[in-house]
Amino acid sequence: MLSIDGNFPEYAVPGAKQVRFEPYADNGGSIVAIAGEDYAVIGADTRLSTGFSIYTREQKKLFKLSDKTVLGATGCWCDTLTLTRLLQARMQMYEHDHNKSMTTPAVAQMLSTMLYYKRFFPYYVSNVLAGLDAEGKGCVYSYDPIGHCERSNYRAGGSAGAQLQPLLDNQIGLKNMQNVKEAPIPREKALALLKDVFISAAERDIYTGDCIYILIITANGIQEEKFELRKD
Amino acid sequence: MFRNQYDSDVTVWSPQGRLHQVEYAMEAVKLGSATVGLKNKQFAVLIALKRAVSELSAYQKKVIPIDEHIAISISGLTADARMLSRYMRTECLNHRYAHDAPMPVGRLIGLVGNKMQICTQRYDKRPLGVGLLVAGYDDQGPHIYQTCPSANFFDCRAMAIGARSQSARTYLEKHLNSFPDSDLQEIVAHGLRALRDTLPNEVDLNTKNVSIAIVGPKTPLRICDEDELSRFLTLVEGEERRSGSGAATGDTAPAQERDTGDDREPQPGVAMDTE
Amino acid sequence: MAFMGDMMNPAPFWQNGPAPGAFYNFPGNSSSFGPSNHSVKEFKAHSAQPITTTTTVIGVKFDKGCVIAADTLGSYGTLARFRDCPRVIRVNDLIMLGSGGDYADYQYLKDIIEQKIIDEQCIGDGLNLKPRSLYCWLTRVLYNKRCKMDPLWSNYIVAGIQDGEPFLGSVDKLGTAYEDAAIATGLGAYMATPLLREGVDKGNLDEETAKALVRKCMEVLYYRDARAFARYQLGVVTAAGVKIDDVTEIAHNWSLAHMIHMK
Repeated sequence: MLSIDGNFPEYAVPGAKQVRFEPYADNGGSIVAIAGEDYAVIGADTRLSTGFSIYTREQKKLFKLSDKTVLGATGCWCDTLTLTRLLQARMQMYEHDHNKSMTTPAVAQMLSTMLYYKRFFPYYVSNVLAGLDAEGKGCVYSYDPIGHCERSNYRAGGSAGAQLQPLLDNQIGLKNMQNVKEAPIPREKALALLKDVFISAAERDIYTGDCIYILIITANGIQEEKFELRKD
Repeated sequence: MFRNQYDSDVTVWSPQGRLHQVEYAMEAVKLGSATVGLKNKQFAVLIALKRAVSELSAYQKKVIPIDEHIAISISGLTADARMLSRYMRTECLNHRYAHDAPMPVGRLIGLVGNKMQICTQRYDKRPLGVGLLVAGYDDQGPHIYQTCPSANFFDCRAMAIGARSQSARTYLEKHLNSFPDSDLQEIVAHGLRALRDTLPNEVDLNTKNVSIAIVGPKTPLRICDEDELSRFLTLVEGEERRSGSGAATGDTAPAQERDTGDDREPQPGVAMDTE
Repeated sequence: MAFMGDMMNPAPFWQNGPAPGAFYNFPGNSSSFGPSNHSVKEFKAHSAQPITTTTTVIGVKFDKGCVIAADTLGSYGTLARFRDCPRVIRVNDLIMLGSGGDYADYQYLKDIIEQKIIDEQCIGDGLNLKPRSLYCWLTRVLYNKRCKMDPLWSNYIVAGIQDGEPFLGSVDKLGTAYEDAAIATGLGAYMATPLLREGVDKGNLDEETAKALVRKCMEVLYYRDARAFARYQLGVVTAAGVKIDDVTEIAHNWSLAHMIHMK
């Protein structure tokens, strides 16, 4: 195919570019989730931004899907909004059909299916699902935008995911450590670690900051917590 | 027994201006077990009598949750009710998805009415053989609606439908003015008494054959579990039952109404049009 | 690959639930005419750019309500083409709406919203659309259009009273939506937002200070934004209803730009 830039470079006008509608936006944000024996904690920052401007400093990115399941979602915010609305509708349909609420592993599988359904026009969202499974143990599921799903005990996602994950690998996964004993991580330590990793993420990543909104999921229900981060 | 030459199709009028097929469908509602709905200033309550088809079967579900703020109790063809409840659930989900708000109860009933009307006017359809009592809570407070196979619907202060429900309505009419100022316990007790009036003398209410659904402000719909049921049942336990009324008016009521040519049973003049 | 069917437009895998892009009767969704009927695979740029555009809209929450302001210029590229393009409207007694971006797309959606309100009044059950509902509905409409690669190229600020509390939210052409106490779209996001946030962070804004703050921002924008205009609308929504002032004009004074003339 003939193109001005390729075939007739001398006719190309600098700066005159065909603009095309870009359906995706990167609205930033990071999530960290840690699962323990009988709890799961999940935290996400509350900054919603685009490029160099901040839309709002108080956007909650955690969605309580049931008493035992919380979804953290960041990335393209319009996709996040749609995905979570659909997810909530689907969960209500499940409840009507089966007369019980969805378990976390069931939600995890459904989310994967719903993401893959849009394989060729994906939801540009980084999802981390945390909750208690049918046995009451903490669990964390993480996804890529097109529905790959993996269960683990800790996961970082979103714009600072790549910075946070190695730190969690070291501190919780005890990777590259010598003479350490694996032990279940207590709730207080998980919470403190979550705040620490977010503080360092806020130092390096402009899309992460302002505040962390944390949800702690236990058999007794979901507790909320807030923790201030730097706001520049 | 009722046959005449003008009831071959829903689309056939009788010379008196009646649609016999639609009226027959109204009779289907009276075949289901009784259910009562009433409200005070905050709460709307449904109380339903469950029946077991035989000794071998479980009690049939009478109350169907629609959304966090709406429930229906049914009398008539259960299968038709399931179809309607599915439609209502979908409409509620759609409204939430598009508007981030619960569906206003009156609007949902309007949609259901429109849907039910279609099959009273087309030769290839049949009227739905089910009556609903809808309890819901929205910005305008608690609601009790009644729908009929004729696609009529009524905004009620209190209502009862189903087999021998005339006795329940008589009870509700008698105490109608006390409902708005009653508390939740009291209206549930009223509802239970009304429902008990529909029972034959040898049967009584118990946790197995009663369903109670409650909805109100900051009280998402709940269908009471057995513990709560037995707590409510103790409210009316041991009370003397109004003798005879249940048996006397119960079985004969439908026939009487038909004789008077009153085709819009239960008469809404009793208890409709709040505010 | 034929056995896989149409990969770009798969058939729904669960029936009877909300599905994005194939859902309910959002405008531009159902009919077979118009660009909206094109599927994702025909990635043609249907509306690759806005035509007649408007610039910033500003919204601020105060203790008892919200203020919205926007100027009345419709620009055709860099040409100041249309001088009377009002774009702050009263939707009902609880909601006020402001818009920026393509003016035609705004007018299209405005007509639909007005019809929606008329339809609601015809039901006559005394219920009124609430701001959060309109805000959510707008997200769905705009997201739906973006999924068809045929966006309505405009952004909206919804202000109103939601269950007695002030509500202020913004939706852009993708369906990105957020609520905040101070919102500015377009170039105002860079120049007005810092001023607005400063005012909001000081705390307890009342109606008069909020209006003064917004007027200040409109002035700053007029001096700095080449697509801004001296004439603007300002509207206030409180529990008492929506009040949109007549178009007012900024008393501009370019003598403060004396530095520019210095050689």
